[in-house]
Amino acid sequence: MRRAVHAVLLLLGASILCFLLSDLAPGSFFDEMKLNPQISPYTIAALRSAYALDQPLAIRYGRWVKSVLRGEWGYSFAYNAPVRSLLVVRARNTLLLTGFASVLAWPIALLLGIWAANRADTWGDRLTMGGTALLLSVPELVLSLCLLYLAIRTHALPVGGMVSVSFDRLDPWARTRDLAMHLIVPVTALVLSSLPILVRHVRSSMIEVLKAPFIQAARGHGIGRTRALLRYALPAAANPLISLFGLSVAGLLSGSLMVEIVTGWPGLGPLLLEASFARDLYVVVGVVLASTVFMISGSLLADVMLVIADPRVRVE
Amino acid sequence: MLGKRIIAAIVLLLGLHLAILFAGFFAPCDPATQNRDFPYAPPTRLYFMDAGGHLHVRPFIYPWVARPDSFYDYQESREHEYPLHFFVRGPQYKVAGLLPSRIHLFGVEPGAHIFLAGTDGYGRDQFSRVLYGGQISLAAGILATGISLCLGLVIGCLSGFYGRWIDDSTMRLSDLFLVLPWLYLLLAVRSFLPLHISPTEAFFLLVAVIGTIGWARPARLIRGIVLGAKTRKYVIASRGFGASDAYILRRHVLPHVSGILSTQAAMLVPQYVIAEVTLSFLGLGLGEPTPSWGNLLANLQQYNVLVSYWWMFSPAFALVVVSLGYLNVANIFQDRLQSGI
Repeated sequence: MRRAVHAVLLLLGASILCFLLSDLAPGSFFDEMKLNPQISPYTIAALRSAYALDQPLAIRYGRWVKSVLRGEWGYSFAYNAPVRSLLVVRARNTLLLTGFASVLAWPIALLLGIWAANRADTWGDRLTMGGTALLLSVPELVLSLCLLYLAIRTHALPVGGMVSVSFDRLDPWARTRDLAMHLIVPVTALVLSSLPILVRHVRSSMIEVLKAPFIQAARGHGIGRTRALLRYALPAAANPLISLFGLSVAGLLSGSLMVEIVTGWPGLGPLLLEASFARDLYVVVGVVLASTVFMISGSLLADVMLVIADPRVRVE
Repeated sequence: MLGKRIIAAIVLLLGLHLAILFAGFFAPCDPATQNRDFPYAPPTRLYFMDAGGHLHVRPFIYPWVARPDSFYDYQESREHEYPLHFFVRGPQYKVAGLLPSRIHLFGVEPGAHIFLAGTDGYGRDQFSRVLYGGQISLAAGILATGISLCLGLVIGCLSGFYGRWIDDSTMRLSDLFLVLPWLYLLLAVRSFLPLHISPTEAFFLLVAVIGTIGWARPARLIRGIVLGAKTRKYVIASRGFGASDAYILRRHVLPHVSGILSTQAAMLVPQYVIAEVTLSFLGLGLGEPTPSWGNLLANLQQYNVLVSYWWMFSPAFALVVVSLGYLNVANIFQDRLQSGI
């Protein structure tokens, strides 16, 4: 309950911050119209007052909060529609992308991390660490450009967008296949960009636990290496990893912004970019808030999982 | 072992920074000079063995010539060899932006061009542009890191040292900045600022925005250190002797902070360089004609460039090497911090 209140306060703060910043903006969406001699200044003034852009900041903020409570999230000038209708579709696409990426990245990271921790300081471990260090310094932008290059050169995968042009004419099975093919490039980019941090954390927390006496005791009792690793060491190392899951949502979201823009995935990223160029104020605020909602729910989810996984947390 | 690794990493970084700072000397061409006869020429190959099978001590090149009746398609003209010369006179530049000079590290005789990383669509030497572009990108990253760390230092010290309402309010604010996804916030803030401005203004605007947004994490870390240092016995003792707040901060608290500061700096610089590259790539940062790694990479947004001219990836390569160097140093700093040296 306290967490929920905290989350709402954070969202309020974030929206106020966005509005304060937006007040710095020298122009508005309708400024471009001034260049057009066919549109009279009166029309522009009328539009401005229709969208309440001539009102002071506090009043605009109040009206925006009201529209959020109505479920509209403000109004997009460029799309001429309530922001919510845009956000819902785009947020769903981003969620699809990041969801798939984390479902793929976590098992791989767990496997690699445990494997590397198990044989710390061998060539396999060094290779893994070197690989993650290299991947860590490749930004998502470069990663997705490289993948795009490969996809185009090999002609193996469709590039750009979410579905093919012929999507509407396909049967359900072919539709799923089409969507999956389009997912491969952005998901691979996201997985590769989020993997190094996850692998490193899994490895270091496993190494920490493997040093503990109870693992030695278990091994001394004749418990096999694999069983000691998975049944004894992994649960003990789980807590920091569950917290990391909450944090990894943040990394995935920030990462998916660039991946989406470069690979043309119609998620929140391209929407934010378009809105930035068009000065579509409420869309920018909406996207920032939607991403904040994702982040907060990621950390809330991690907390809930921690409570389920660890009885000690429940007592507190 | 630790000593060798840190020396290697720092030497690599220093070399890269020097090469970029003295871009004029290391680059054979001016970054803005267009060779309209050589759009999208591939990287020039260096040879030691000529067509007749003779070995040369001094490497040489064969210049590109366009294939007759073709666009963007080149072959080497084997008629004449152009040996590579060092410390040659070439186009004028300014050493680190100050002293005019004409001496370049390497070059070939007039009549041929050496394009180590190929050329772009206007026939501008990509190698020179990557070096000059690095000046902008690295300067943006380093300056923005400076801003972030200064803000973090001041806010962290104030809130850790004085506590109470200063602490409460700044920490709530940092909660806010930490929960907002960084890149989204960066784009949003940039979108609220003017788009059509001069390159110099754009540069400083970019640095200010990137630096200001990232204050929260260093401030948090520094606050933690200050809180820990404040309650040490010798701090309480010196307070008993009548030391002023400023004295205690400078003398007893700040020395503890230096470890965190250097680690954070090594982590933030690559992150901020990438931020500049990202914004410029998207067209929200510095635009043409000033080269920066971001707007050099922006060429790859064109489908045909991405597919056909692999050497246009060279700024990405430079970016990866630089961030690899920085992250390596950051790792070593972190290890040292944790092992308590």
